[in-house]
Amino acid sequence: MPTKAEIRAQAERLQGFFKGAGAVPVETDILQPAEALLDLYGEDIRGRAYVTSDALRGEQMLRPDFTVPVVQMHMAEGAAPARYTYLGEVFRRQEQHPGRASEYIQVGFEIFDGENPAAAEAEVFALFSEVLSPLGLRAATGDIGLLLSAVAGLSTTEKRKAALRRHLWRPRRFKALLDRFGGRVPVREARARLLQALEAEGAEALIGRAGPEIGLRRRDEVAARLDALAQDAAEPPIAAAEVALLDDLMSLRETCVNALEHLRDIAVDMPAIAPAIDRMAARLDALAAEGIDVDLLDFEASYGRTTMEYYDGFVFGFYAEARPDLPPVATGGRYDALTARLGGGTGVPAVGGVVRPELVLTLSGAGQ
Amino acid sequence: MTLKLGVPSKGRLMDKTFDWFAGHGVSIRRTGSEREYAGAVEGIDGIELVLLSAGEIPRELAAGRIHLGVTGSDLVQEKLADWQARVAALEPMGFGFADLVIAVPAFWADVETLDDLDAAAAAFRAAHGHRLRIATKYHRLVREFLREAGVADYALVDSQGATEGTVKNLTAEAIADITSTGETLRANHLKILSDGVIHRSQATLFKARGADWDNGARGVYQRLADRLGLGE
Repeated sequence: MPTKAEIRAQAERLQGFFKGAGAVPVETDILQPAEALLDLYGEDIRGRAYVTSDALRGEQMLRPDFTVPVVQMHMAEGAAPARYTYLGEVFRRQEQHPGRASEYIQVGFEIFDGENPAAAEAEVFALFSEVLSPLGLRAATGDIGLLLSAVAGLSTTEKRKAALRRHLWRPRRFKALLDRFGGRVPVREARARLLQALEAEGAEALIGRAGPEIGLRRRDEVAARLDALAQDAAEPPIAAAEVALLDDLMSLRETCVNALEHLRDIAVDMPAIAPAIDRMAARLDALAAEGIDVDLLDFEASYGRTTMEYYDGFVFGFYAEARPDLPPVATGGRYDALTARLGGGTGVPAVGGVVRPELVLTLSGAGQ
Repeated sequence: MTLKLGVPSKGRLMDKTFDWFAGHGVSIRRTGSEREYAGAVEGIDGIELVLLSAGEIPRELAAGRIHLGVTGSDLVQEKLADWQARVAALEPMGFGFADLVIAVPAFWADVETLDDLDAAAAAFRAAHGHRLRIATKYHRLVREFLREAGVADYALVDSQGATEGTVKNLTAEAIADITSTGETLRANHLKILSDGVIHRSQATLFKARGADWDNGARGVYQRLADRLGLGE
């Protein structure tokens, strides 16, 4: 086990590398107001972060990541284009993995620049690839933007698309929704009865019979959703061929170059993903220009769907294949939508990543 | 060295626990005055009775300060992270039944399942500007259950009592609470979601994995296990 002093020295070495790439060092508070994090991640974050409170400032969290405070700082005072690097502890409760560290150092690098997104992505990936190259790690890449554009291109209602988009990061729920919208599962019996009663009696009678109105969710909100249910039931299912294409897309695992070819085949029947494929092609060119061998680089279309909820474009991670017990050494991706949410509507194209210096040390066998 | 057995210190749970052990040929009784928390075990030598609040028994088991303990399975799963690594459930005891359930206002004719709750939560958040609040004291169990089910856009708010009243009082939109008959829920115009049973709890005999099992405790345990007809 490397000592804390060794880890910090390694972290400073890594940060030095990012400074060399033109990044300005920034610091953030360790105590973060819980509200923004809760708003973004939902209740799940409470299971992963340390929550504390004081009588004056309300609920606070020990910084579970740097991305949110760095984005907030940039949106409040920064001017694009900007490149930042940071170094410090993050805190995560590890109830599911008691053996994993609950306090560890991250070193990050972020680019806020919309000038040439493909080049920015390639630069971030290439920097992490270079600084980690002595460790012989496997790189995984994916593209959440491709999945989002595939959902947007389905021939179905906006409501169904919004429901699918909302659960893109919860694969099981997403599949259940797709099965339902695709007519692949029968309508539940209770739902069929409800729809019949709704048609026969109308929403008002149904609600009135069910019970008195209590609580903040009003009677008209219940009626509105009943209407939505009836409307959705009248919609035809998403065509089986479209669902099959989406399944095909989501299970795609190839090298980047082969994946690109496969995606172009899919795009013949799913033209909505063509712009996202063009962006991917531009990224691969930019990666090749940075010296990355894209013929060997892996691409998994569903990569990042379970762990990286704010990424909405290119995603990547670096893994020690011989040590499946370890978390990824570095992860990152594009998070344009997050900057818009934290910036009150106006966003900045942003891409970046973090590396864990203690894993770099562990894997390089330093200190032995 | 003796084996420490933690049992609930009062009420029906204590009486039923004593009955259960008596039914298996082990007599447990309180000693001393009515108000003194002391007890004795007869029938097997080497067992020390520890009378505790049922809510503290999970913690004492996890810390290994008692070898065995009787408490609700809901309390163990709520209070202990990674509970299976820290305690073993030896035997469900057939009393203290209670279901931890998610309930919503009965007039929500559009919400029957968790799937509906999730969709209603999304619409609620868009309309009201905050997440749909679920009042509970079982934060861990409820959060894990809802994450597993893929429900989003909700927030848990803490409620240590009279949870069924929180919807009417406008401090929550839904609740997650213990019920045995559903009577209180109905009286407060709430209904249980059809797939909203989070945990079916009952009084259970637990064994602490991290207690000191050397110095004779294991031998005492073996004799007790034989008497109680436990598998191990």
